[in-house]
Amino acid sequence: MRVIIVGAGEVGSNIAASLADSHDVVVVDVDSETVEELTYSSDVLAIEGNGTSLSVLGDAGIGEADMLIASTDDDETNLAVCGTAKTTGDVFTIARVRNANFLDTWRQSAGAFGVDFMVSTNLLTAQDIVRVVGLPAAVDVDPFVGGLVQMAEFEVTEESEIAGRTVEAADTFEGLTFAALVRNGDVVIARGQTPIEAGNKAIVIGDPESVQAFSRTVAPATTPDEARDIVIVGGSDIGYQTARVLEDRGLGARLIEQDPERGRELAEALPGTLVMEHDGTDVEFLAGEHVDRADAVIAATESDEKNLLISLLAKNLGVRRTVAVVEEGQYTNLFEAVGVDVAINPREATAEEIVRFTQEGKIENLSLIEGRQAEVVEIEVDEASALAGRPIRESMAELPSGVVIGAITRGRAFVVPRGDTVVEPGDHVVLFVAADALSTVMSAV
Amino acid sequence: MSVRVDWRVSCRLVGTILKWLWVPLLLPLGLALYDGTRLLPFLAPMVGTVAVGFGLERLTDERDLRTREAFLMVALSWLSIALVGATPFVLAGEGVLGEPVNALFESMSGVTTTGATIIVDFERHSRAVLMWRAVLQWMGGLGILVLATAILSQLSVGGAQLMETETQTQDVNKLTPRISETAALLWKLYIGLTGLQVAVLYGLHLLGLAPEMTLYDAVAHAFTTISTAGFSPRGESIVAFSPAVQWAIVPFMAVGATSFVLIYFALQGNLDRVRDSDEFRFYVGILASFSLAVGGVLLVDGGPYTNLEAIARHSLFQVVSIVTTTGYASTDFNTWSSGAKHLLFVCMFIGGMAGSTTCSIKTLRWLVVTKAFRRDLFTAASPSAIRPVRLSGSVVDEETIRDIYAYTLVSLIFFIVATIFVVVDASRVGLAVTEFEAMGAAAATFFNVGPAFGIAGPLESYDPFPRSTKLAMTFLMWIGRIEIIPVLVLLTPSYWRS
Repeated sequence: MRVIIVGAGEVGSNIAASLADSHDVVVVDVDSETVEELTYSSDVLAIEGNGTSLSVLGDAGIGEADMLIASTDDDETNLAVCGTAKTTGDVFTIARVRNANFLDTWRQSAGAFGVDFMVSTNLLTAQDIVRVVGLPAAVDVDPFVGGLVQMAEFEVTEESEIAGRTVEAADTFEGLTFAALVRNGDVVIARGQTPIEAGNKAIVIGDPESVQAFSRTVAPATTPDEARDIVIVGGSDIGYQTARVLEDRGLGARLIEQDPERGRELAEALPGTLVMEHDGTDVEFLAGEHVDRADAVIAATESDEKNLLISLLAKNLGVRRTVAVVEEGQYTNLFEAVGVDVAINPREATAEEIVRFTQEGKIENLSLIEGRQAEVVEIEVDEASALAGRPIRESMAELPSGVVIGAITRGRAFVVPRGDTVVEPGDHVVLFVAADALSTVMSAV
Repeated sequence: MSVRVDWRVSCRLVGTILKWLWVPLLLPLGLALYDGTRLLPFLAPMVGTVAVGFGLERLTDERDLRTREAFLMVALSWLSIALVGATPFVLAGEGVLGEPVNALFESMSGVTTTGATIIVDFERHSRAVLMWRAVLQWMGGLGILVLATAILSQLSVGGAQLMETETQTQDVNKLTPRISETAALLWKLYIGLTGLQVAVLYGLHLLGLAPEMTLYDAVAHAFTTISTAGFSPRGESIVAFSPAVQWAIVPFMAVGATSFVLIYFALQGNLDRVRDSDEFRFYVGILASFSLAVGGVLLVDGGPYTNLEAIARHSLFQVVSIVTTTGYASTDFNTWSSGAKHLLFVCMFIGGMAGSTTCSIKTLRWLVVTKAFRRDLFTAASPSAIRPVRLSGSVVDEETIRDIYAYTLVSLIFFIVATIFVVVDASRVGLAVTEFEAMGAAAATFFNVGPAFGIAGPLESYDPFPRSTKLAMTFLMWIGRIEIIPVLVLLTPSYWRS
């Protein structure tokens, strides 16, 4: 596959490095030094020029390219690059944007801006952060279909409400499907009458809100709910997006921002979040606001140094979990080494997401369960699939028993899979498949 | 010294309104013709207002209205319409209305949709004169200014300016890109609701449920219900009609005091807008809780009623009537216990929703004041918290909150000063007025409610008050209706000086 990457910053070069082994990669960047450096460091073709120019894209071989990734640090440039590339033919375009507004627009109208796949750096980072702090009861959480669907694995404890019930009795969440239980290391496909016992692990697939709600019934003591306390320090766009994602899950965080004007802006945009105007590194203040009792502190200022300081201060005050945003990728390990629980680098997260997207063929995404005993796979249904054009009940009868349809998304909307749901070509389906059924299922769907 | 205000522009626009005032005069004229009563009281002001209107229009060619001129125009137009409205009363010379101060009081009470009447003996007045009171209120209901805006569609910028001055709720809530279209839409809605009420009231008559409700009564009451105004051609107000009529009038008063923008959306089938409106829920909550409270008091102290239906009907009717500033009476609430009367007194200060025909402080302001105060309590304990005040999800800016606090405070000060004036002026002439009655009368005129308690009670008349008090009350009604600010601005010397 021939891939053109426009913008050779941290994200672009990261993607280039990941793809160089298996694909023909052409990198376009306006900066001559970057281009020169890249020519020597990676096995890629580096071209100097502006990616919004049709002739530059022509030089990069847009005519033969299968995919174009616009990953400069400027949103508008990335959109313009994709739009320009689309004028030359049917190249698959991927744009990286920071501003989640573009993502909203794109989600509402597929193909907007000439973009086929869009990744919002800040939103992606925010979702990563929320996943880390939001479901401490979960032993594993993986996003599918760009975060619309979550697969989560929970430990069922004695105190858990669902312990001792059957799957049917526990399945009270609209957007949630029980996929399987892990019992003594064995994967058991969840059927209506399967009992759930303490000590089992439950694997569920559903929309993030339902998974969050489910998490509360599984582990009420450790899962944050409305009363739980999450503190975000720093009103950067990532801080804002994190608060927004938390609000979407019904969690009201506290957000500390030093700049009064930005604070006001955030307070107006986040009705469910308590915004406070103060210096987040002021220990007196943090103590006065009982930040020590918070379940998690997220350091999301625009300065890495401050984020480190805030995380360490919070840790020192006794906060259980600290998450820091690190813009400079090479510091991630250092952060975690000195005591920050999780360090998240937005560019790395973005590059990973894009690479994951480009690498999978028919399988859009996958996740391994209990050492390959089962896989959760995301596929795009085509006309030839055994699932296409008929109710799930019918198609399931023909498939082996080790498969569960966890979630369906149509366009950007979540569809709850029920027996009479008809799967249409173009839908994304998240399947839970036991290892022994895998090859049969994959060839059928 | 040059003048900063181009008063000629304001007068020109007032003239444009005046030259159209012959149209509403047609209705009482027609009725006078039909009844065979004198035509001159209506013909003369028709000629006069058109002549003055054209005269004022000749003052200048300039039509663009700016903020300063808008204030003057708003204040002047209500005053001049009240003056025109008073002439038929003076010329007809029936009973106490023949006296010019009384006529001006009655006319101002009409256009400001107050509903406080000077009339003592309703039998002495011709149907045409009584209908003219109702027409004045109907015009005043949605605001002569909205009508004016529709006519003055050539005012591109000034139109929005005018509506803003009129509604005082910061955003105009334009329903259409053109202000003149919005105004036309509001008037269609208004006419539609009035027509519906006529049909309902007269329908009840045809069904035999309201023997007293003639077509004339149905029209006159519809005019003064939707406009939340409260003049009735009957001395006994709504007491004169059957319980069916009283029940039927309640929802129309409530609708008249509901934001017309919301009604518009509801008619469009957009019920989410209604459900999501914090102010609407607050307004309905106020009506419900005060009705229950009054009903509870009447139930406990026995009240003058024997059955539960009557208690429910009168408590609901009176609360809705006073909160919406309509001022109709379904019963003589003067005879109620002190507790029930005090609850009604509190209702005078509430008012209906912003963007409706109602007066008083309005639920929007009370809701913002309540929310802002709750926020302030929170930030007192948590000084670094930033908590915007939200209304139906959107943020109310701090400047608006300050304006609303100021407005509410100024209103209460005006009310206190007015009360003192009434007490002092009444005792000067030896009129026995208790403090509660004085407070009631001051609130009823300033907040454009209409009837109060005691000598200004629902079935009484404002006639016994001395002439000076009547003039003061006329002033109160005027500034109360245009929400004080335009008049206060005019009274500021710097407004006039450069």
